[in-house]
Amino acid sequence: MISILENTDTIKIEKEISRLRDETGNTISGRVLTLVMLAESGHSRLAMEAAQAASHEHPCRIIIHIAKDRDAENRLDAQIEVGGEAGASELIVLRGWGRAAEPTESLISGLLLPDSPIVAWWPHSVPEAPAETSIGRIAQRRITDSARAYDPMTVLSQLSKTYQDGDTDLAWIRLTLWRIQLAAILDQIPYSPTQKVTVSGSSKSPSVVLLGAWLGYKLEAEVHLSTTNLERGLYRVELEREDGKIVIDRPDWNIAKLSYPGAPDQQIALPVRTLAECLAEELRRLDPDEVYGEVLTKALHSGNIVVDLNNNEDVTEGVNCTEVFDA
Amino acid sequence: MSMTHVSNPLRDPRDRRLTRVAGPSSLVFFGVTGDLARKKLLPAVYDMVNRGLLPPSFGLVGFGRREWSHDQFKDFVRESVEAHSRTTFREDVWNQFATGIRFVQGAFDDDDSFIRLNETLEELKESRGTQGNHAFYLSIPPKDFESVLQMLAKHELAQQKDGKGWRRVIIEKPFGHDLESARDLNKIVEDVFPSDAIFRIDHYLGKETVQNILAMRFANQIFEPLWNSNHIDHVQITMAEPFGIGSRAGYYDGVGAARDVIQNHLLQLLALTAMEEPISFKAHHLRTEKEKVLEAVTLPENLSNSFAIGQYTSGYQGGEVVNGFFDEKDIPSTSRTETFAAIKVNINTRRWNGVPFYLRTGKRLGRRVTEIALVLKKSPNLLFNNSNDAGQNAIVIRVQPDEGLNIRFSSKVPGTQMAIRDVNMDFVYGHSFTEELPEAYERLILDVLLGEPPLFPRQEEVELSWKILDPFEKYWAQHNIKPDEYAPGSWGPESANTLLARDNRVWRRP
Repeated sequence: MISILENTDTIKIEKEISRLRDETGNTISGRVLTLVMLAESGHSRLAMEAAQAASHEHPCRIIIHIAKDRDAENRLDAQIEVGGEAGASELIVLRGWGRAAEPTESLISGLLLPDSPIVAWWPHSVPEAPAETSIGRIAQRRITDSARAYDPMTVLSQLSKTYQDGDTDLAWIRLTLWRIQLAAILDQIPYSPTQKVTVSGSSKSPSVVLLGAWLGYKLEAEVHLSTTNLERGLYRVELEREDGKIVIDRPDWNIAKLSYPGAPDQQIALPVRTLAECLAEELRRLDPDEVYGEVLTKALHSGNIVVDLNNNEDVTEGVNCTEVFDA
Repeated sequence: MSMTHVSNPLRDPRDRRLTRVAGPSSLVFFGVTGDLARKKLLPAVYDMVNRGLLPPSFGLVGFGRREWSHDQFKDFVRESVEAHSRTTFREDVWNQFATGIRFVQGAFDDDDSFIRLNETLEELKESRGTQGNHAFYLSIPPKDFESVLQMLAKHELAQQKDGKGWRRVIIEKPFGHDLESARDLNKIVEDVFPSDAIFRIDHYLGKETVQNILAMRFANQIFEPLWNSNHIDHVQITMAEPFGIGSRAGYYDGVGAARDVIQNHLLQLLALTAMEEPISFKAHHLRTEKEKVLEAVTLPENLSNSFAIGQYTSGYQGGEVVNGFFDEKDIPSTSRTETFAAIKVNINTRRWNGVPFYLRTGKRLGRRVTEIALVLKKSPNLLFNNSNDAGQNAIVIRVQPDEGLNIRFSSKVPGTQMAIRDVNMDFVYGHSFTEELPEAYERLILDVLLGEPPLFPRQEEVELSWKILDPFEKYWAQHNIKPDEYAPGSWGPESANTLLARDNRVWRRP
């Protein structure tokens, strides 16, 4: 059931939610968190759908704040959705003009679920200091997406300067399946030092940088980021060791080729994950992701990362490349 | 038997996103054409491949009587995957998986068949790199266990070769039909496999459920003070199914509801509900507590007053004309097999002194439900003597469907009168149907391949459970107890109500 309120305030919005709940028989007793999405005008649909999908696993209240013209007269519009399309969540879309264009605790606190964790999510921009923003300060979890920025290195170094426990980034979450496979391979074969790590993908992909930084830091190896001007995301990782090379190569979306010493080449499912899957993973734990923090604040600055710009490469005809931000 | 190499610098205990995937291995299914394999096991294996939880070197071997080629078996697997898998079907993932699928045609007592199985596993070891790790899933009737296990032993499939590669075996309930047969069965299995390589699966009881119960009990402060005989009046554990036995007469007749469900499922739920706090979630700590409480279970002195058994009649259930038990195919008219069973047991510990546990299960009952209800003592209600119905609070752990927690308490009826009534407060766990999370069978197979045993019952628990049920079964047999009739869609025979009425109690309507 959808209800639209124009030129309104949060007291009226809360009353309306209450009324809709009464009418539809929905309750909030199973809601585990409030997800506050800080969006820009015109870009919120995909993020909203991802949040609704993730809410099946983590029933929550979703508040989407869309910043409109800051110079306009103060005005707050709301669209409320309970049941039906809203899935296992209740959805409140706020559109704010003037002072309401600024998402603050004062503006939305009447809509937050009582005594439940708050997750702040910037689906397509990275604020200068997420933990210092008004919503970021009251949130247990702050999710950014550095892949939406133009220069990943700059935005990552900015995130690293302002990092606080509870910060995470979707470019890191997208790497989970790659990291699981890499760790699984090293479980299988005897230890041997790694001399060089090479990660390949778009020069705009922060996932490429983060994966390289993590591997270099943990394996104490030199890292080369072999970037390309082609518009494709992370597609290849190579570890050079004394006993040979470990390679994971995924030319398109699902299947990767795996090679390591002492075994025939193998194929494995390494699917590009959807935004909803990444978000669902992210909402599973709300305690600090210390490994991400370490990669961001230490590994990135260890000085052993070399960027090989614009490597020419042959892409096999007919290969369906991933998007730049995919991993 | 950890597969992790000691020094893997990428592993970090703080890195909780790095879940484990199974190492190189093959999984051999005996009984691969059965319903369970077709609807659950094979789709679960594909889902695991699709999620990247199985290694690229994984091999799947079907063993069965049919005259199938590898390709015919692949088609069979594909059909079952397409019909029942939870994740999207991807052609490229399937092709990768399908190259590791083999079929071995044979009989359970035929040497040649097992020679072929051995050759197939060797071939997979060479061509796929399974490193000689095998798990055998026995999805077959217990009567066939012995010949299969002895064949595995005889053909050296159950032992490590040159100390390399692990061997594991998965068996499903029922684990015997009484204490003696459970011991015999166990002896057969343990003669061939070491005890830590045996995984006993109760497919009703998923890991998620067990963990949910443990979390609810031990991660909270609010319930523990109530969790004893000072506050709890009695406990009701119910597992009900709306279906009849269908075409399973061959299995069901002579087994009955008590052996089929109470011995394993309900007594496991009882153990999880009643046990003391384990000192960790490690396998042996959890087992210690479960065994302790199962060992403390005592039966009422007068057994004749402490049970109710029944058989469903034909009738019109929920918009459908349904067969009675004796109309089902292949059920002899003299059958004393019960389709409903309720028993009363006590637990001889300080915590549960004087708190009876009532366990009931049945076919053709009102609805599909599994729940554990802790009913609290009646409140004195001195102020509300006009409200006889209200006042007995309950904490209900709902296992399925809609896994969750329900608390029942009294509240004022709106209006000017000071009248009270019972209301429910309900919590439903988040669902994992986003397809992102592995379902019960996937977690189970993954645990086997990783060699993580925590939630599988060990032989001791199986034997303790039979010790609880055997006296009832013996009593029914010795006294030729004829199960009472009950209508389909009801909650069992009248004798079930009498069982609680003797103690001035009533069953909840789940």
